[in-house]
Amino acid sequence: MVATVETISAVEEATGKYKYGFVTDIESEKAPKGLNEDIIRFISSKKNEPEWMLNWRLKAYRHWLKMPEPNWSKLSIAPIDYNDIYYYSAPKTVEKISSLDEVDPELLATYEKLGIPLKEQKILSGVAVDAVFDSVSVATTFREELSKAGVIFCPISEAIQNYPELVRKYLSSVVPVSDNYFSALNCAVFTDGSFVYVPKNVRCPMELSTYFRINEQKTGQFERTLIIVEDGGYVSYLEGCTAPQRDENQLHAAVVELVAMKDAEIKYSTVQNWYPGDETGKGGIYNFVTKRGSCRGDRSKISWTQVETGSAITWKYPSCVLKGKNSIGEFYSVAVTNGAQQADTGTKMIHLGEGSKSTIISKGISAGKSQNTYRGLVEINRGAESARNFTQCDSLLIGQSCGAHTVPYIVSRNPSGKIEHEATTSRISEEQLFYCLQRGISEEDAVSLIVNGFCKEVMKELPMEFAVEAQKLIGISLEGSVG
Amino acid sequence: MSILDIKKLTASVDGKEILHGIDLKINPGEVHAIMGPNGSGKSTLSYVLSGRMGYEITGGDVLLNGESIMELEADERARSGLFLAFQYPVELPGVSGMSFLRASVNSRLRERGEEEVDQLSFVKIVRAESKKLGISDDMLKRAVNVGFSGGEKKRYEILQMALLKPSMAILDETDSGLDVDALKIVSEGVNLLRHPDRSMLVITHYQRLLSHIIPDKVHILSEGRIIKSGDKSLALEVEENGYAGINDAA
Ligand SMILES: Nc1ncnc2c1ncn2[C@@H]1O[C@H](COP(=O)(O)OP(=O)(O)OP(=O)(O)O)[C@@H](O)[C@H]1O
Ligand SMILES: [Mg+2]
Repeated sequence: MVATVETISAVEEATGKYKYGFVTDIESEKAPKGLNEDIIRFISSKKNEPEWMLNWRLKAYRHWLKMPEPNWSKLSIAPIDYNDIYYYSAPKTVEKISSLDEVDPELLATYEKLGIPLKEQKILSGVAVDAVFDSVSVATTFREELSKAGVIFCPISEAIQNYPELVRKYLSSVVPVSDNYFSALNCAVFTDGSFVYVPKNVRCPMELSTYFRINEQKTGQFERTLIIVEDGGYVSYLEGCTAPQRDENQLHAAVVELVAMKDAEIKYSTVQNWYPGDETGKGGIYNFVTKRGSCRGDRSKISWTQVETGSAITWKYPSCVLKGKNSIGEFYSVAVTNGAQQADTGTKMIHLGEGSKSTIISKGISAGKSQNTYRGLVEINRGAESARNFTQCDSLLIGQSCGAHTVPYIVSRNPSGKIEHEATTSRISEEQLFYCLQRGISEEDAVSLIVNGFCKEVMKELPMEFAVEAQKLIGISLEGSVG
Repeated sequence: MSILDIKKLTASVDGKEILHGIDLKINPGEVHAIMGPNGSGKSTLSYVLSGRMGYEITGGDVLLNGESIMELEADERARSGLFLAFQYPVELPGVSGMSFLRASVNSRLRERGEEEVDQLSFVKIVRAESKKLGISDDMLKRAVNVGFSGGEKKRYEILQMALLKPSMAILDETDSGLDVDALKIVSEGVNLLRHPDRSMLVITHYQRLLSHIIPDKVHILSEGRIIKSGDKSLALEVEENGYAGINDAA
């Protein structure tokens, strides 16, 4: 408490204003609603950031003020009041409960269906775990193993303190501050996220997902992730969780930057299951994410794999800038929408390097009254001699009131480039359902079987341990979509 | 008690009555054949019995093992022992055959309160049954019915019947599209499944099948009614004289 008061006064001294006088509610440590330069100074000081970081944020903010909100995608969005949002709220220490009996039974039922082990159910729902499976000690073991390999894996706020040269060198080197409306906003106000650095010729000894599973990942509203893999290194990172995630913050605008140097490989997988809202979408989360990878070195490779089932509105295009010679970009996506959900997602493959290759496999599944759009750009630039792209875009419709849209953009500035695009739209037919039912399979299981068959090519790209859960998750997301 | 007891069954599709009152009793272990001209309602009968959406029962009753199945959903009927080998099996792109077969067998086992079968022993069972029907390992690896030839699809239906061990099996034109050798293999497969506790209703256009699978009774369905019933010689009669020569003997 004393520290907080001190910080505030320090900030006040430094800036000489604060006419609103930050009456911080110490318990929740929230800054007042709204966005202005003072709020940004407050965030930066709370994080003990160096001067350069604060200036970087302020620059981003000033730029953001001048930017128009995007409105070109197929989403219908209720206007967002950016001054009605809390931009800083210190993570509250969640009060531990003593047993699973106290957890919302609906939540437990979902864990059960997903097949999440009991131990992890406890961790996820905030039950204090016994000494044998103490999450802290497990996490410590992981940390030790990582540091032995020379891998840095820490919160980005820690990295700003401890590895300022790395952060300064790479932050916004992939997604420029002024890239888009939401990324600029993120630069100004991000408060947490991850930092990963894999040195030369190091294969990260574990999936960086394992760590999260143990550590009940706290995804913030404005997350910032930076992953750098040096020559010949490799890392596989899994973000998110199949367990349903609720959040009081409606707007989420993360920025993820990946840098792969010569012969390096980054595999980034996402399972996103934010609260989609009620049948009308009310209360659901808006997920506006900027994810981009830079294949900077020759023969480098970046793969994005995503399973998107949550959010009221998703707006997301994980992309690859293929600069290195013979570099490879991949995008594997399953986007499920049901109820009133809207998803506008896809990728951008920007070919700059000679012999660069990209593969896009997108599977959109729409049910209920939802709208599911694939939007993808493949750009082959002048220097990208003999670049190649293969795109396959499949949509599956369940019911009559949903929509699927495919919007490919192709730019070819080099005649030696080869771009292939295949697209299909199909519907789960009554005949197919009846065939399954006649074999004793329930309607829900039948839909799940058919849908998982439809997106098998993508599911097999997920780390093993998550593939099974993700499969079940897709089934659960579509519950009640037929009949 | 008969396994299947159809009483004065009338049914309509899209508001149009197709079955105009069918009575049929099949005792345990019996094999009955239904023959009849195109469009007479044979497939409709099989769909009505198995509870397909849009096939509405407008009158009468159907008992399976003594209990009415009218109120049961299609999957519940299947789990209580009713099996339909489709005239036109449908493709399920991407759905692995093994997981499909296992899901169906396990749903049946669960229903009976028995333990589900694990993946390893299941693969063994499937291989053994497939061999009897001349189904290749390659076919088992493919998605359900995707890229199967007409004859392969029919064999796959009988494989499912062998795995599910239904008490009542309806085979809708399982012989159509089969070459001479395949017809023999499939018929032998079906004959192996004849069992005192299992009854079958075999829909066919050809006497040829019935010389392999010898029926206890033959019924002629015409315009939504059974116009004649008899023993296996009735099939020969049809073969010789066509349906025109069959008079309502009831
Ligand atoms: N959805 C439908 N709407 C209207 N009439 C239908 C519908 N489905 C089937 N019918 C009609 O019901 C009648 C019986 O069809 P069904 O498929 O049962 O015949 P079938 O005896 O199996 O013929 P086949 O020997 O050619 O297989 C036909 O006249 C058919 O046109
Ligand atoms: Mg028919």
